[in-house]
Amino acid sequence: MVRQELKKLVIYGFFLAIIITPMVGFKNNDFDAARVLQTLAVLIGLLVLNLIVKLVRSKRPQRAPGHKAWGERVRERIEQIPKVFTLGGLILITAMFPVFADNYMIDVAITCLIYITLGLGLNIVVGLCGLLDLGYIAFYAVGAYTYSLLNLKLGLSFWAALPIGVVLGMTCGCIIGYPTLKMRGDYLAIVTLGFGEIIRLVLNNWDSLTAGPNGLFGMQRAALYYPTFQDGGLSWAVYNIKSLPSLYYLIYIIVILTIIGVRRLDNSRIGRAWVAIREDETAAELSGVPTTWIKLLAYALGAGFASVAGAFFAAKLSYTNPNFFLFMESCIVLCIVVLGGVGSIPGIIVAGIVLIAAPEIFRGLESYRMLAFGGIMTTMMVLKPEGLIPAKRHKREFIETKSNE
Amino acid sequence: MLLEFGIMNQLVLQNVSKKFGGLLAVNQLDLEVPENKILSLIGPNGAGKTTVFNMITGVYPPSNGSITFKGKKLNKLRSSKIVARGIARTFQNIRLFKSMTVLENVLVGMHCRSKSGAIRALLKTPFEVKEEKNITRKSLEILEFMGLADFCNDYASNLPYGGQRRLEIARALAAQPQIILLDEPAAGMNPRETADLMDLIIKLRDTGLTIFLVEHDMRLVMGISEIVIVLDYGQKIAQGTPQEIQQNETVIEAYLGTGAKTAS
Ligand SMILES: Nc1ncnc2c1ncn2[C@@H]1O[C@H](COP(=O)(O)OP(=O)(O)OP(=O)(O)O)[C@@H](O)[C@H]1O
Ligand SMILES: [Mg+2]
Repeated sequence: MVRQELKKLVIYGFFLAIIITPMVGFKNNDFDAARVLQTLAVLIGLLVLNLIVKLVRSKRPQRAPGHKAWGERVRERIEQIPKVFTLGGLILITAMFPVFADNYMIDVAITCLIYITLGLGLNIVVGLCGLLDLGYIAFYAVGAYTYSLLNLKLGLSFWAALPIGVVLGMTCGCIIGYPTLKMRGDYLAIVTLGFGEIIRLVLNNWDSLTAGPNGLFGMQRAALYYPTFQDGGLSWAVYNIKSLPSLYYLIYIIVILTIIGVRRLDNSRIGRAWVAIREDETAAELSGVPTTWIKLLAYALGAGFASVAGAFFAAKLSYTNPNFFLFMESCIVLCIVVLGGVGSIPGIIVAGIVLIAAPEIFRGLESYRMLAFGGIMTTMMVLKPEGLIPAKRHKREFIETKSNE
Repeated sequence: MLLEFGIMNQLVLQNVSKKFGGLLAVNQLDLEVPENKILSLIGPNGAGKTTVFNMITGVYPPSNGSITFKGKKLNKLRSSKIVARGIARTFQNIRLFKSMTVLENVLVGMHCRSKSGAIRALLKTPFEVKEEKNITRKSLEILEFMGLADFCNDYASNLPYGGQRRLEIARALAAQPQIILLDEPAAGMNPRETADLMDLIIKLRDTGLTIFLVEHDMRLVMGISEIVIVLDYGQKIAQGTPQEIQQNETVIEAYLGTGAKTAS
């Protein structure tokens, strides 16, 4: 066992060195051996860590069937506390956040919340329905650009443009979903990746409409309208959602609505059909689930949530350009879903915070960000492949239903 | 379509064949399933029994011939539509939704008998709430009937083997079919479980359901079938009551090989 694993380690290390040397070593035509060694050291360190974990795991005695894992017990403890305290407390703390945080922290929090919305949306496609989507960020771009263009060209307000953006995003979701309906696994990944890139290239090259790589700017912020009694009569005053705390509250409400929406979908007839398709598509179809239509619906709804996030993003910055929507972003969102636990809403929230806030905190290690992502992902796959907070299916209380009979 | 039994045939296969490349898995099969009977399809391994089920349920189309259900052609319909028409099935190798609860598995079977879509779910409209309650109650009744009510909140993968087989039947029943196709429901069951299963199949028939059974367990087949059809190399070689089949020379030959006849 130990020898086998060591052998693997040596082989992996060897191949890593071969791959990494040209990739990391050359910077502006100079070869930098130190960089290669550093990167290699980190990667091999990760491998060694995995090895140690594996060894420890194999030594650990087999658990009795009734025994519950540590995480499981913590979860049960938490579930025993009345919801008012746990959930209420969480909502209270997060709602109070802008009061005691400085602007920088609020800005990071807003980014976290945007990515949580994206993660929750992608969770429908990847987590519930089991369709790998590597071009998800395209729908985020659709949302951002729809709002930008509608606002700049037609002067539509944020709230008027939002539903249009959602419908357009959902349409794009169906357009990309349709040709991939018969595909599985790898093919699906490649096609969705390609679609994501196509959208970005279109945005980048359609100069007359999208201003190409320069991007669009000058969009209005989202605004609130409230009645006032100034100047004698009733009139509507406008409050522009521009300050960081107000932006925080806007995205905060979007996230809460998204959570409620995804939860409701998850426990509905449609959500069950999604999970059934993820588990066994043929069996689902033969149990009466029209898989094609239900899969399209997953793409469409996932895309809808991304468009909302995109519109918010464009309104927040009042600026957008194609480089915000690189393939890399799709990867990050996918990481959030996988790290959190496929199909698990609390998992995605935690993972969103970890993956987006952590790199901000460790700014100095920026160049190792991708490495850290890779490291976290591999470690997770070995330690806890089901994610930080594994998804749980909804259990029901039947006292009521049974007494009815 | 009034045939020898004097009653309507629900499901009719006419001249149905299936080719897999060079292999003729089902060869010009004519078959009628009369309403509210227990019909068994038997035959040696690889005879083409599952292939017949797959063609009826639209997993793949027949290469030739037609399949009609209640006078309407099924060819080219997609499987979920066929289920909605009233034909449900179970699988030879258990195919449950493992990470879902027992109840949820049955609820998925109710998909084609309920309506709430995404918008209703998002808004949690009264219609959706009521429908959820309704299908949950019906699912629980089915689970009760199948003796699985106590496990309704367990994950399907945690059920014992026999329980999983019964859950497959429960999920199929949830679609409220008129005919149910059972592909080797007794496979892997012990004699007691098999006996329970026999009672259960008879009870199902008595509720008005038509049962189309594929099974290797001869005690079960001969014990409860009203009609038995024997398939060998994709061809129908015999049809009749269990007694007739047990005495049919061709059938004995097919099962025991040509050597058996000369030896006896
Ligand atoms: N999808 C397929 N592609 C190619 N050949 C197939 C396919 N499905 C079945 N076959 C072949 O068709 C023949 C009939 O298979 P089928 O599964 O219908 O047999 P069966 O009667 O159900 O057997 P068993 O009792 O073992 O379940 C077999 O020779 C099998 O190998
Ligand atoms: Mg078979």
